[in-house]
Amino acid sequence: MAEDKYETHEYDVVVIGAGGAGLRAAVEASAQGVKTALVCKSLLGKAHTVMAEGGIAAAMGNVYPEDNWRVHFRDTMRGGKLLNNWRMAQIHAQEAPDRVLELEEWGALFDRTKEGLILQRDFGGHRYARLAHVGDRTGLEMIRTLQQHAVHKGIDVYMECNLQRLLTDGGRISGAFGYWRESGKFILFKCKAVVLATGGGGKAWKVTSNSWEYTGDGVTMALDAGADLMDMEFIQFHPTGMVWPPSVRGILVTEGVRGDGGTLKNTEGKRFMFGYIPEFFKAETADTEKEADAWYDDKRNNRRTPDLLPRDEVARAINSEVKAGRGTPHGGVFLDIASRRPADYIQRRLPSMYHQFKELADVDITKESMEVGPTCHYAMGGVRVDADSTATTVPGLFAAGEVAAGLHGANRLGGNSLSDLLVFGRRAGLYAAEYAKSFGGSVSINNNQLDQYAHDLLAPFEATGKENPYTIHSDLQQCMQELVGIIRVESELNQALEIIQRLRQRSRQVKVEGNRQYNPGWHLALDLHSLLTFAEAASLAAIERKESRGGHTRDDYPSTDAKFAKVNVVIRKTNGQMTLAQEPLPEIPGDLKALLEEKS
Amino acid sequence: MPDQQVHMRVWRGDASGGEFKDYRIAVGEGQVVLDVIHAIQAQQANDLAVRWNCKAGKCGSCSAEVNGKPRLMCMTRMNIFEPGETITVSPMRTFPVIRDLVTDVSFNFRKAREVPAFKPKPKEADGTRRMFQEDIDRVQEFHKCIECFLCQNVCHVIRDHDENKPAFSGPRLFVRLAALEMHPLDTNDRIELIRQKAGIGYCNITKCCTEVCPEHIHITDNAIIPLKERVVDRYYDPIAKILGLFSAKHK
Repeated sequence: MAEDKYETHEYDVVVIGAGGAGLRAAVEASAQGVKTALVCKSLLGKAHTVMAEGGIAAAMGNVYPEDNWRVHFRDTMRGGKLLNNWRMAQIHAQEAPDRVLELEEWGALFDRTKEGLILQRDFGGHRYARLAHVGDRTGLEMIRTLQQHAVHKGIDVYMECNLQRLLTDGGRISGAFGYWRESGKFILFKCKAVVLATGGGGKAWKVTSNSWEYTGDGVTMALDAGADLMDMEFIQFHPTGMVWPPSVRGILVTEGVRGDGGTLKNTEGKRFMFGYIPEFFKAETADTEKEADAWYDDKRNNRRTPDLLPRDEVARAINSEVKAGRGTPHGGVFLDIASRRPADYIQRRLPSMYHQFKELADVDITKESMEVGPTCHYAMGGVRVDADSTATTVPGLFAAGEVAAGLHGANRLGGNSLSDLLVFGRRAGLYAAEYAKSFGGSVSINNNQLDQYAHDLLAPFEATGKENPYTIHSDLQQCMQELVGIIRVESELNQALEIIQRLRQRSRQVKVEGNRQYNPGWHLALDLHSLLTFAEAASLAAIERKESRGGHTRDDYPSTDAKFAKVNVVIRKTNGQMTLAQEPLPEIPGDLKALLEEKS
Repeated sequence: MPDQQVHMRVWRGDASGGEFKDYRIAVGEGQVVLDVIHAIQAQQANDLAVRWNCKAGKCGSCSAEVNGKPRLMCMTRMNIFEPGETITVSPMRTFPVIRDLVTDVSFNFRKAREVPAFKPKPKEADGTRRMFQEDIDRVQEFHKCIECFLCQNVCHVIRDHDENKPAFSGPRLFVRLAALEMHPLDTNDRIELIRQKAGIGYCNITKCCTEVCPEHIHITDNAIIPLKERVVDRYYDPIAKILGLFSAKHK
């Protein structure tokens, strides 16, 4: 009996991950009356959501009454280069305002308009000021509110507990298995449904805004359990990460800096974004500095500044400026708000950016320009889900937030992540609870599967090799940075796949020192499996999509291709191997299609 | 700047005991203490236990004592130390050690569960919630807390007095309680808890917590003292006591 061998808990729904999506899912599942557990790798409240800065996109119309879900839907679809799942984009735009207001009911305090309502700020790709925010620490407000709400609802939380494998029984979910970080002891959850809310895999790249938790574990667990992955080629490189000093390279600089008036400049002092306005966004983008600057105060008579083009456009532009020799000596460009806004405004609107640059880079952003460059930030792709219910292709398995694919298409707009977490986190909790309630029969654990997993997880202690897990991780990061970065080419992508295969072989030779008690070396050794899987899926999908679109730019296929506009690249595991397929996008209904074709 | 060698002394051990171990390691430009700990982990001690997440002072995971001072390791630049200075890194002392630099901070999560929940008053007639920026500024200060627990670590009521822990919640929880008590929408009453279970009377306002707060929250002046005043108003002011029988909660 598995129960005798391992610490075992039984639940209806187990939510893996306690960022915004996981917390919201757990709150919802619990409210539906099913027995719910929330399991997270870090302490509660430390997940990646805490680092989100700019805000939550929701067409509440508090600043611009003409804003509504249709405009938000259109912006999201166009930002995603129309590869988004239209239904997810519709649900997201329609439900986001209610989800923000709900946070207020639970104690969140957003910055206010003069009328006492929730203030909304400008962000890239959004036609109107739309992001509900708290200075530049919106994620902290969101995670703390959800965390405290979950605690008051009495939800069982398993902190610093790392679930590594999903268990299935007859093709449907029956549990999850992993270890306590503190003791290294195994823990088994028997459950009817699992909600994955594990985030992305940005830690496979070297210059990244992502923390150690972003190892692609959710994507990997889902794939191994038989679920489909989708859109794995689309990786968002946020245009503005810190570039200097080296120790902070990649740390995020919020888009709110540009939303609040900051502008990008090259070393010639030129606002270069005016030279990078693509045809697709020409009609809605200012082409003079005068119009761009006037837009901040008057959106009805001016078009948006090109500094706030969607992130994929801005990241590529910065990349080109640096390549053309107009970058800073540290390989970035300048982001200037000091010369454009008063010091007290900057300190009030961007306190954590002020603090971050002052403490870590000796730069006073009220007096000097920041140096910034692209940093790996977000995976648009992930586990393929049903738009309404977040159900994956494995019965009992649901996914929400960054780990799920579809909403953002080829490129995510800033601010659409926090709203995604709330909207689809809630839906995941709701539909997982419904699934659990209507579940027929009983959950049974496959003991052979379980013993195999336990054996796999202990293998690094018994390995005969001498590989260091940190070295393998760093070699993978180097590989992805150089070969599967912002600009890709087939020969390099193939080279990346070869390196990933070699790293996988080396990962089997990893030898871990010490014992099972809070041992980061062992934890990383286990995470290599998911990091490599995520990297392989991203590289394979990038080879398959022979065009450039959103967060996937091919030097050998530099334009969009109408053929690829109609398909998602899907990855699934067949006989232990990843296989690829191009599958058609769902057809968008006529009335919504008309919204997309409207000129702004 | 060429890489410099530094001498680090890092506490290694677990609940049963431990000792400082010496490491010599290269430090690169702009690095912080957490970078150096990570370098030791990658090159010399793969199993060195440390918590971290954001590496930018936003998550409050990497709290420790650096040369005896409670700090976030990710926000402590190596260039603040004298060249050749030995740098000592040890776990927070107020909490039981799990392993190396990782401590058992569950005390804080247990105390958080005792806090009565946010309970908002009804919405405005038009279905909105109107609050003005000037009314929420003081609460937003408290919401900046990243739960690094350095204030708890430095608080002398519990730092060397485990016996006080059952009866005292500590500065982090006072900030949380103040945020709820001063929230313009909240209607719950926590004054009895603040006095009794949270034990605010133990605090004799030495301001150690305020000094170590990486978010520069004025814990003592803006959270603890106003809470103490509310307790005094409720329990020790005879006139207020009588009036209190007839009035709603003091906001």
